[in-house]
Amino acid sequence: MSEAIFPPASALPLLTLEHISLSFKGVKAVTDISFAVARGEICALIGPNGAGKSSLLNVINGVYQAQEGWISFEGETRSRMRPHDAAVRGIARTFQNLALFKGMSVLDNVLTGRNLKRRSSWLEQALRMGRAAPEDDRQREAAERVIEFLRIQPWRNALVGKLPYGLQKRVELARALASEPKLLLLDEPMAGMNTEEKQEMSRFILDINREFGTTVVLIEHDIGVVMGLSHHVVVLDYGRKIGDGTPQAVRANPEVIAAYLGARH
Amino acid sequence: MEFFFEVLIGGLLAGVMYSLVAIGFVLIYKASGVFNFAQGSMVLFSALTFVSLHERGVPFWLAFAVTLAAMVVIALLVERFVLRPLVNRSPITLFMATLGLSYMIEGAAQALWGAQVHGLELGVSDEPLALGGVLLSQFDLFAAGTAAVLVTALSLLFSKTRIGLSLRAVADDPLAALAVGIRLQRIWVVVWAVAGFVGLVAGLLWGARVGVQFSLSLVVLKALPVLIIGGFSSIGGAIVGGLIIGASEKLAEIYLGPVIGGGLENWFPYVLALLFLLVRPAGLFGERAIERV
Repeated sequence: MSEAIFPPASALPLLTLEHISLSFKGVKAVTDISFAVARGEICALIGPNGAGKSSLLNVINGVYQAQEGWISFEGETRSRMRPHDAAVRGIARTFQNLALFKGMSVLDNVLTGRNLKRRSSWLEQALRMGRAAPEDDRQREAAERVIEFLRIQPWRNALVGKLPYGLQKRVELARALASEPKLLLLDEPMAGMNTEEKQEMSRFILDINREFGTTVVLIEHDIGVVMGLSHHVVVLDYGRKIGDGTPQAVRANPEVIAAYLGARH
Repeated sequence: MEFFFEVLIGGLLAGVMYSLVAIGFVLIYKASGVFNFAQGSMVLFSALTFVSLHERGVPFWLAFAVTLAAMVVIALLVERFVLRPLVNRSPITLFMATLGLSYMIEGAAQALWGAQVHGLELGVSDEPLALGGVLLSQFDLFAAGTAAVLVTALSLLFSKTRIGLSLRAVADDPLAALAVGIRLQRIWVVVWAVAGFVGLVAGLLWGARVGVQFSLSLVVLKALPVLIIGGFSSIGGAIVGGLIIGASEKLAEIYLGPVIGGGLENWFPYVLALLFLLVRPAGLFGERAIERV
């Protein structure tokens, strides 16, 4: 009977936001936002500065707690997410202004992304005994694979703080990817990049999505990039949702055109 | 010449005692950017708790374990009631909080165990030992050995384990650490507990040397020049800083003392630290500019 009523699990969205509202000391950042992200899709959040896009990402991985609404991830519904829970459940992210460990090497940065995968005790790790040694090798291999995938091998032992901005962005993506996330949240992964770098980053995001089946939610300002990259676009303006659908549908939505894309001349 | 070496090595060994105290500061500074003024009180509290238990007939290792447990409880309380409410505040706010904390811990020590001076016997004789014609204090050698074991253990913990990587991550960028699923609060508890453990070891050695009494909390003042010279964020720096202070103050006392007057030992480390501040403000091994308080 239940099969007739409920769709199979794979058809359920990976992530659903329901009636999320968030304010800071009375100033509304996000008002009553609901949308769903299907498993395996690339979903773009677009909107003018201050529309609440980053706040929404912060709600999804628990950096902020919404005052109202629910988040449902893999069918588990909750009113607030905590950063640690989000990471354990397979939500990884990058930040608009980079949040890297600048005093650590590229490899160590990527290894922190695999921190939650370690099972040996700290005593085993300190003495490199028991489960620690084979595990160490496994984590390193996994980290190296990610480093190779994003083509940052030449800098693997370099201090992250000394790398150029574009590479730092890629290291941050590598760290997020190293945790083998189900959901990857990317906050302006191409900000400050030139056209060539943007194309390269777009290709990486597409590759990640295709090869690992990772669901991606990203914020991006470059409409050309967004339309070419995503399966699903959600448009925010002044903390409200004004558009939600395929890139074609959103591009044709008059409200979106007025608020964001600019009137057609 | 033999006499020179005797003074030099004696000074280096005494310096290890300063390093032990300084390491406690470094741990907390590394993980949270806080200069923990309460480290001295933690040294006092642990030494006093240990010695009071031991005097009441509790065997050495049991007393050690109970004291360690008390330091872990302090770490939990500090995280819950000081660090968590003050997260994201400026370093000076946190520093002021640890200043208050130091009085609370001292007060707690006094309320629990009274204010008498206790002798502490660790079973290590202080007879001088002749090594290659140089007379050395056995107790100092024992302290140096203890410090070596402690530093090795700490560096294994911080370079090889998940806790160590998490600790470096938290110190580097708390927001990023949060995003990769590191629990800040747990790391803070671990770090304060480890600093408590280091405080306990320092407290026992210092207590055996000068007696367990309230002035023990003033060893922080000797740790300050060590930190300025070695850098606030490096355990290796704390060791080297301690050795420099220990050796230079003893040598200055012996060789400069007769020229410009005795008692040099008491102020020489601070002058040295001042010179370092002018020349190398981040210390020998410090990673970045110090928040000077």
